[in-house]
Amino acid sequence: MKYVDEFRDGELAKIISANIAQEATAVSGYNLMEFCGGHTHAISRYGITDLLPANVRMIHGPGCPVCVLPIGRVDQAIRLALEYSVILCTYADTLRVPASGGLSLLKAKARGADVRMVYSTQDALKVARDNPEREVVFLAIGFETTTPPTAVAIQQAAAENLNNFSILCYHVLTPAAMHAILSVEGGKTVPLNGFVGPAHVSTVIGSKPYEPFADDYNKPVVIAGFEPLDVMQAILMLIRQVNDGRAEVENEFTRAVTREGNLKAQHIVDEVFELRDSFEWRGLGSVPDSALKLRSKYFSFDAELKFNVDYVPVADNKACECGAILRGEKRPQDCRIFAIGCTPDNPVGSCMVSSEGACAAHYTYGRFRQIPIVAEALS
Amino acid sequence: MKKSYTRSLDIKHGCVDMSHGSGGRSMAQLIEELFSQAFNNEYLSQGNDGALLPSIKGQLVMATDSHVVSPLFFAGGDIGCLAVHGTINDVAMMGAQPLYLAASFILEEGFPLVDLQRIVASMAKASIEAGVPIVTGDTKVVEKGKGDGVFITTTGIGVVRDGLMLSGDLARPGDKILLSGTIGDHGMAIMTQREGMTFDTPIISDTAALHGLVSAMLNCGAVIKTLRDPTRGGLATTLNEIAKQSGVGMLLQEATIPVNAAVEAACEFIGLDPLYVANEGKLIAICAPQDVEKLLQVMHEHPLGVQTAVIGEVLEDTHHFVQMVTKLGGRRMVDWLAGEQLPRIC
Repeated sequence: MKYVDEFRDGELAKIISANIAQEATAVSGYNLMEFCGGHTHAISRYGITDLLPANVRMIHGPGCPVCVLPIGRVDQAIRLALEYSVILCTYADTLRVPASGGLSLLKAKARGADVRMVYSTQDALKVARDNPEREVVFLAIGFETTTPPTAVAIQQAAAENLNNFSILCYHVLTPAAMHAILSVEGGKTVPLNGFVGPAHVSTVIGSKPYEPFADDYNKPVVIAGFEPLDVMQAILMLIRQVNDGRAEVENEFTRAVTREGNLKAQHIVDEVFELRDSFEWRGLGSVPDSALKLRSKYFSFDAELKFNVDYVPVADNKACECGAILRGEKRPQDCRIFAIGCTPDNPVGSCMVSSEGACAAHYTYGRFRQIPIVAEALS
Repeated sequence: MKKSYTRSLDIKHGCVDMSHGSGGRSMAQLIEELFSQAFNNEYLSQGNDGALLPSIKGQLVMATDSHVVSPLFFAGGDIGCLAVHGTINDVAMMGAQPLYLAASFILEEGFPLVDLQRIVASMAKASIEAGVPIVTGDTKVVEKGKGDGVFITTTGIGVVRDGLMLSGDLARPGDKILLSGTIGDHGMAIMTQREGMTFDTPIISDTAALHGLVSAMLNCGAVIKTLRDPTRGGLATTLNEIAKQSGVGMLLQEATIPVNAAVEAACEFIGLDPLYVANEGKLIAICAPQDVEKLLQVMHEHPLGVQTAVIGEVLEDTHHFVQMVTKLGGRRMVDWLAGEQLPRIC
């Protein structure tokens, strides 16, 4: 397929792989974090680990929207659906995130909640238009990539006086999470040599917001597309920066990302949203200025205010290591319940839910690596 | 005396109503004017509660399959031909020659008779082309809102030649895995229609009866161990089932698995993996390495097997993992489908 096959070419992969092997000479190794779940997914799905030398270690970051959503936030949505009988619309991955009391939105649906999967905010608006007698709440989740469509939907709803439509705003911000990872209190920071920077997020925010990580934290950032060759090229670029002692923001994804980003999208987001003082992330705890809320002129579309449902924090399952995995401190296979008590069919933690979650990706595509298999079969 | 006072069915404007399932005159009329005429054969026209069939020598295979596809009409077929092909294929995957079908309809009140006639005509055509008559049936009507137009369950009977034994538990390390053509065509034909996606090259369902291809394969002298049609859950799910049943692992080569360009593009758009998308006219065969050439030759000569490829091999693996070497050159697992990937598709 044109514009896709070029970025999955096995022969080119061999060449980049050989270059990485040749240039990754540092004995101390290279600990590189791919921030985005999209990169985690690409690494797992295409088996990129097999094309990297042992001293290049990829650490999965927190860039998976449903993974960083704490239990209390899912509870809030379930409460709206079950107790307030709203039509709750959201993107598919969110449906399976475990909440309190053994529930998830999918299980709440089986108990009579009206939960609907939508592909876009426009679908949610249509549900609201088609059901004027019902309250329709869109669970707005995601990083900067999914924020502009939510902002547009709010503007449309306001223009149409669509008063039965509101949103639970769980939109979060990438740079804030990167700051949090690099400045974990208590000095438990992960030794990172650099970041594979977000693909789709960067098309919106541009490459500029990453400059402080290079300048202030001395960490190289290479923005990369979500195709496997993008990821491999970015890894090579990071290795070169580390070898040269450079810490710069480089852009591998030039076909889609500029330094300034999508100014129109940024403007719309700014018109509709403002920063929350603080937002709790699974794994990172409360992070200041890390999420968005509706500006006061759009308060009537804020479901938290409209229905007066407070956020009640809930502790993660004690055995679950999602927090440490999201901070990059642990790998999925380091969790005691990985693939035993926690599987994609019965997830305990959120990282086992989305295909972009570190645990789900490792379970689905890579868990054979932990198990010795017959050697000749692979020849 | 006049022959009848009953007006014939108004197929053009009429709809299914509750009386069509009541057991009374309306039902008799629907059966006679719509079903019996289309499916006409000597067993059905016996007009009894069941069909009295000739004695059959040999071991019998019986299979049943319910069809609840939405939309009912899709590029390349409809629920009618799908219901015929689906059960014929289940019988054929046991190595049997399908002989007879039974069909049971659950109709929703208000369903247009013109659509029902189109579906029944498509079933009749598929049945005649396959040479497998629909010899008995049933019709029920549910209230509006309690069905989705029409649900069709078909049951098939077939006979296996003496000494032939195909089963999902016979795959052994070293065996080769053959796939009869491109994957994902049926599921993506349904999905793209549902989502209103159009492509320059339309995606057409692969729905087809595979017993002719199976017959050619069985007659070529090769020893086939397992046959399966990778329907719901796609190639990935079916291979995992076989791996588990046989207590083996598998290693696939992604580059050898045929996928139509439009299907690949649509999967990219919606974020699906074609390995998990349904097929309705493809089969997987597992055989020892020495039988591969014979099978490949006879499959390539059959219209439904032109693109047959060897896609991998069976390994010893106590974890029963299905693994794949990706086009990029890395390795990944091809796991069971977790949860639900798609709405109803077959």
